[in-house]
Amino acid sequence: MRLEPVVRPTSLRTLGLPALALAATVIFASGLAALAGAAPLSVLGLIVEGAVGSRFALLETLNRATPLIFTGLAVAVAFRAKLWNIGAEAQLYLGAVATVVLGTGYLGWPAALLLPTLALAAIACGAVALLVPTFLKTRFGVDEVVTTLLLNFVVLLFVSMLLEGPLKDPMGLGWPKSARLVEEARLPRIVEGLRLHWGFGLALICAGAVWVIQTRTIWGYEMRAVGMNAEAAHFAGVPVRATLIRTAILSGGLAALAGFSEVAGAKGSLTLDLSPGFGYTGIIVAMLALLNPLGVVVAALFVAGVFVGADSMSRAAGVPTYLADILLATALLSMVLAIMLTRFRVRRG
Amino acid sequence: MTEIVDILLSASFWAAAIRIASPLIFAAMGELICERAGVLNLGIEGIMVTGAFAGWMAVYSGLSLWPGVGVALLAGMGFGLLHAVLTVPFGLSQHVVGLGITLLATAATYFAYRLALPEVTSPPKIAAFTEWPVPILSDLPLLGPALFTQTPLTYAAFATAGIVALVLWRTPLGLAIRAAGENPSAVAAQGLSVTGLRMGAVIVGSGLMAVGGAFLTMSAFDSFFFEMVNGRGWICIALVVFGAWKPGKTLLGAVLFAAFDALQVRLQQTPLGAEVPYQIFLMAPYILSILALVVMSRRAAVPAALMVPFNRGER
Repeated sequence: MRLEPVVRPTSLRTLGLPALALAATVIFASGLAALAGAAPLSVLGLIVEGAVGSRFALLETLNRATPLIFTGLAVAVAFRAKLWNIGAEAQLYLGAVATVVLGTGYLGWPAALLLPTLALAAIACGAVALLVPTFLKTRFGVDEVVTTLLLNFVVLLFVSMLLEGPLKDPMGLGWPKSARLVEEARLPRIVEGLRLHWGFGLALICAGAVWVIQTRTIWGYEMRAVGMNAEAAHFAGVPVRATLIRTAILSGGLAALAGFSEVAGAKGSLTLDLSPGFGYTGIIVAMLALLNPLGVVVAALFVAGVFVGADSMSRAAGVPTYLADILLATALLSMVLAIMLTRFRVRRG
Repeated sequence: MTEIVDILLSASFWAAAIRIASPLIFAAMGELICERAGVLNLGIEGIMVTGAFAGWMAVYSGLSLWPGVGVALLAGMGFGLLHAVLTVPFGLSQHVVGLGITLLATAATYFAYRLALPEVTSPPKIAAFTEWPVPILSDLPLLGPALFTQTPLTYAAFATAGIVALVLWRTPLGLAIRAAGENPSAVAAQGLSVTGLRMGAVIVGSGLMAVGGAFLTMSAFDSFFFEMVNGRGWICIALVVFGAWKPGKTLLGAVLFAAFDALQVRLQQTPLGAEVPYQIFLMAPYILSILALVVMSRRAAVPAALMVPFNRGER
């Protein structure tokens, strides 16, 4: 078989194939649910209900989507420039560390001053975490997939060390947990009385800002040019190394904001389970969004909904919650295939 | 310092190093085959999880040990087939597909484990491979316990590395596989199928990764735990780069890495270990891997067509 470009894809093709991919995913997940002894359709219903069925569920989904928007954006901007950042998890934790170091009473500033400082400190830490692999890539030609991946383990151990040492909460009864942030360092709620905090608002603002950067600025153009063909970009006068460094700062900073938002908004302190793999899930979010910053918001809401919904489904129907991961992995793989097939046609021979 | 010397001179240390290296050798050889043919397989971590479970589950449900290894191999080849179809003929992003496969394989395995053993709190044990001392050779000082008093799967790991080297560099098939990763157009000009070679390499390579995973449940431990692969797959990707895509050097890298891992466990129990946080010891192998990559990258011989899809939408 070979692939042949489709010059002008019909709208049936561009909409139908992704829809088919989602349908295939749903059927596959239903089959697995049946295997687990539950009625397939009821399981899917329970997932939807658990994700958006009540005000509580909906807010939970928005809360869960918040860090995913940040990490999804981080991955999307990096992948667009073909900087393969698999280290959003590490950048997230370093952002959280920065937030905790400065936000637990060390600085006695008012919130209007303290919160931006914490966010900037987080961004700086996350940026450095990606600048090191980027430097190794541009200077020595070391593959950043491997280095960013390995750094995730290093950083997590580093955080564990901090939580059992200098950052340990003296009141924590021996549990590896940081002290709580001071009140001025907490992100306020969007609506008083609801759990949703301004981290969500910040995530939406970031998505808009990244969209503007990518589509309306020379920077954005240069990042895309480097991603499409670094050699051609260099030939055309794009400063490739500088562009990669800018991309790394933006990507690492965005991932670190996920850590800032989780600590300052949702949790109030740092523990080792701050992120159940938000950095890795960000890759799925970014791919489902086709690396489009506004699409990241939609994809993050979808992915968060699947996780939140699957959690409540698991409690109600007794189907293992790993179904959520299977569903997302299948959605990811079938979606990238479907999107490719909107642009290429399979020919025999 | 004397503690380190003592450790390095003890036979049990080297025996542990070889044991720890074995799963890495299997999986790294699998990754090496894939990359030599031009496909980066980031599914390795998940495929190892699947292999660990499939082999263990097969034995737990009554199969004997070697057929159990076969089941793990087949399970890995199944995910390899999926990876190969998506990345080779369809030319999808190898990063995305690989990470997708890792997520899918890991989640599917945990799902299957929960379905098979819903109520278990502590995982049941199987009668795993036992040590099989090689006559005479196992009596050698230091080398005997390290190299020749191991389980059969460890011998198989070393044999696999030899076979991979032999096939890749001494057979026409190996030449074709390497060429598929260096210059696929030339392979196609010879009338050979780049697609076939790459798919075959990914499927066989993924099978080996799964056997590496199965080593954990069938030879190192005797039951299956969540998180038991714990980043070993990612380490193998680093080992292949470290080994400059050559089996011998990759094997050496695996043994060095394992020796370091065995050393850090022992150092934690010395007075030095009481002073330094244990996380430093656990971090060291990863930092060492990164440093090794920096050093090796100067004369790296990356397969020229690695990660480049062949003939997508061309002709």
